[in-house]
Amino acid sequence: MIYFDNSATTKPRSQVVHEVTECMEKCFGNPSSAHRLGMDAEKKLKMARERVARLINAKPGELVFTSGGSEANNMAILGAIDKGQHLITSRIEHPSVLRLFEKLEKDGFPVTYLDVDRSGLVNLEQLAAAIQENTRLVSVMHVNNEIGTIQPVPKIIQLVREKNRKAKVHVDGVQALGKVAVDVKKLDVDLMSLSAHKIHGPKGVGALYVKNGFNLKPLMIGGGQEADLRSGTENLPGISGFGVAAELLGEDLEAKLAHVKALKLYFITMLQALDGVLINSPADDVHADAILNVSFEDVKGEVLLRALEDYEIYVSTGSACSARKAAHRNYVLPAIGLKERHIEGAIRFSFSHLNKLDEVEKAMAALYKILPVLRRVKK
Amino acid sequence: MSTAKRIYMDHAATTYTHREVLQEMLPFFTDYYGNPSSIHQFGREVKKNIDIARERVAKAIGALPEEIYFTAGGSEADNWAIKGSAYANRKKGNHIITSVIEHHAVLHTCEYLEKEGFEVTYLPVDRFGMVSVEDVRNAITDKTILITLMYANNEIGTIQPIEEIGRLAKEKGIYFHTDAVQAVGSVKIDVKQQNIDMLSLSAHKFYGPKGIGALYVRKGVKLISFLHGGAQERGRRAGTENVPGIVGLGKAIELASGKLDESVARITGLRDKLVQGVMENIPYTRLNGHPEKRLANNASFCFEYIEGESLLLNLDLKGVAGSSGSACTSGSLDPSHVLLAIGLPHEIAHGSLRLSLGEINTEADVDYVLQILPEIVDKLRQMSPLYEKVKG
Repeated sequence: MIYFDNSATTKPRSQVVHEVTECMEKCFGNPSSAHRLGMDAEKKLKMARERVARLINAKPGELVFTSGGSEANNMAILGAIDKGQHLITSRIEHPSVLRLFEKLEKDGFPVTYLDVDRSGLVNLEQLAAAIQENTRLVSVMHVNNEIGTIQPVPKIIQLVREKNRKAKVHVDGVQALGKVAVDVKKLDVDLMSLSAHKIHGPKGVGALYVKNGFNLKPLMIGGGQEADLRSGTENLPGISGFGVAAELLGEDLEAKLAHVKALKLYFITMLQALDGVLINSPADDVHADAILNVSFEDVKGEVLLRALEDYEIYVSTGSACSARKAAHRNYVLPAIGLKERHIEGAIRFSFSHLNKLDEVEKAMAALYKILPVLRRVKK
Repeated sequence: MSTAKRIYMDHAATTYTHREVLQEMLPFFTDYYGNPSSIHQFGREVKKNIDIARERVAKAIGALPEEIYFTAGGSEADNWAIKGSAYANRKKGNHIITSVIEHHAVLHTCEYLEKEGFEVTYLPVDRFGMVSVEDVRNAITDKTILITLMYANNEIGTIQPIEEIGRLAKEKGIYFHTDAVQAVGSVKIDVKQQNIDMLSLSAHKFYGPKGIGALYVRKGVKLISFLHGGAQERGRRAGTENVPGIVGLGKAIELASGKLDESVARITGLRDKLVQGVMENIPYTRLNGHPEKRLANNASFCFEYIEGESLLLNLDLKGVAGSSGSACTSGSLDPSHVLLAIGLPHEIAHGSLRLSLGEINTEADVDYVLQILPEIVDKLRQMSPLYEKVKG
């Protein structure tokens, strides 16, 4: 099997599975309990928080564990704003940001949606012009899940700070972790969402980085866990698994990123030998190497996906979260100006450092066999 | 490692994950790790298993599979049910009925809604922790849109007259939500027969994994989403599904409901022995909660003239894990809101101990607790000047 769908989800590392299992069997106490089992659980919780914090250069106390990236995004946005305030986001955000903003718009919040250019980069001039006195929150994703665009987050934050000291910046970092180096202090970001299952951690766990001193309102109310910011018994096996995944990712991260870069370069070089191929996420500074989005002309993406499946090669059309419903059609590719011809044949290959060069070769070999057949059928 | 006795009697706080549950979950970490929303075979296979889990949960509580929505746990289910139905029905009214002994996920959510312009009636309970159906009836106004009452209390175990309240709510056309986090796995539940419109449950209270729960939402109930985003859970709850968790929840609830009668009978026997032994051998002690209408595993006491915290510590040193109040309030110095609500004065509420039994507990465990508890209580009381006077 060749798994090139690592932006949809990743395979948990064996050390992660081991940690999760151990927590479920041995360290099962409720971290809020006063007895030894509870205290053991609390220790594990603390260690996991330190590990995830280290990966993004945060202080442990600045991390709030959540049930995943979508919850972190919802929590960050809803917790930062008050009625009537102006909000800014981009047109290519993840649905957990975009759909929420659409709902907020219906509830009466003024929202500005920033356009993106051919590379998927937000328009900084448009951003500068959009920031008003009443602007409370700017929410942009660090790395786009479909085409891998790396937004100029430092510039965006600098711009926001210059224009309005009261405005806060939330960054959806779900796809950034493991794909680019993330340092919240260097970025000077206020809020950043993370998800474990995109970095070979377990599903059902994520975190929100909340800059020290930020008075965020909680979304989940109740028992007061996570310093009153996120109630609910802690998912300790998940959290602890997240910690292990973060620690593993941090080891030789640069070498991992270099390996993924090599995968992408190799793949692109070979793809360029094919006719009717458009690379939507070139190997350059503004696209993450882990994501390779390619339009195959005269082919339907879904048909190609199925054909690759016969070779046990797993890829994605659009993003996994929006793939099922027609109502949730791809909006990222149109936003960068792709025409229908290139949208319908778009495939996303997404890599992890665990992928190998020979997997790229095998995928290419499969494409050489499949494409002529599919194109013949279509013609 | 010490080989000293370790007895876990804090199952109401959380349970370990059952071996069979864990076994069922593991392949979804190691082999079937695809994203269920992916359209390739690798994702679709995973999706099938979510559907199986959904059917298992539905079957256990008498619901339809399409009425089950997976959440990150009981607190999310409570938050969603209450906020989601309140906002969705605001045009109909703004009044909510709950009780003073609810879990904080319900209480604090209701308090939040009060700030948002809703009106909330917090019903009192009697000395056993029971809500009166008449009180519910009298609290209903033409603005009432939601009744939210817990199925069974987490601290004192009292089981509310759910079916009667459900009937009343249905008759009046008001939504009825019940926080059944402590009840599922310990009590036979049938949401249709009991006229329950929404029900919250959490896997880690019945030998399932942490970080996963569900909200049952009767077909037709108007509810606004709590987490917005991707189209997961039929567009009502966004976020990549916690597949191993969901699979584990399905297995755990199937196991729990399969042996419900047998397990309740055994645990009730142990609990009764524990309660009887404590009440007979330790003076100045009260049993909290209803004498009969209570969860099989719950034994909640107040020992006068001692501090619950020191009692817990001493029990822990002897290898017994229990709780004062609930796990969530263990770190707090305030006495439990539940114990105060059943009329206990502060100084007595401070001396509380909850022992919640589970399937690993044996008669020998109960004997051991009955052997050490009177000694510990006595030792602590010897240090209390008040106790000296009373004995005096």
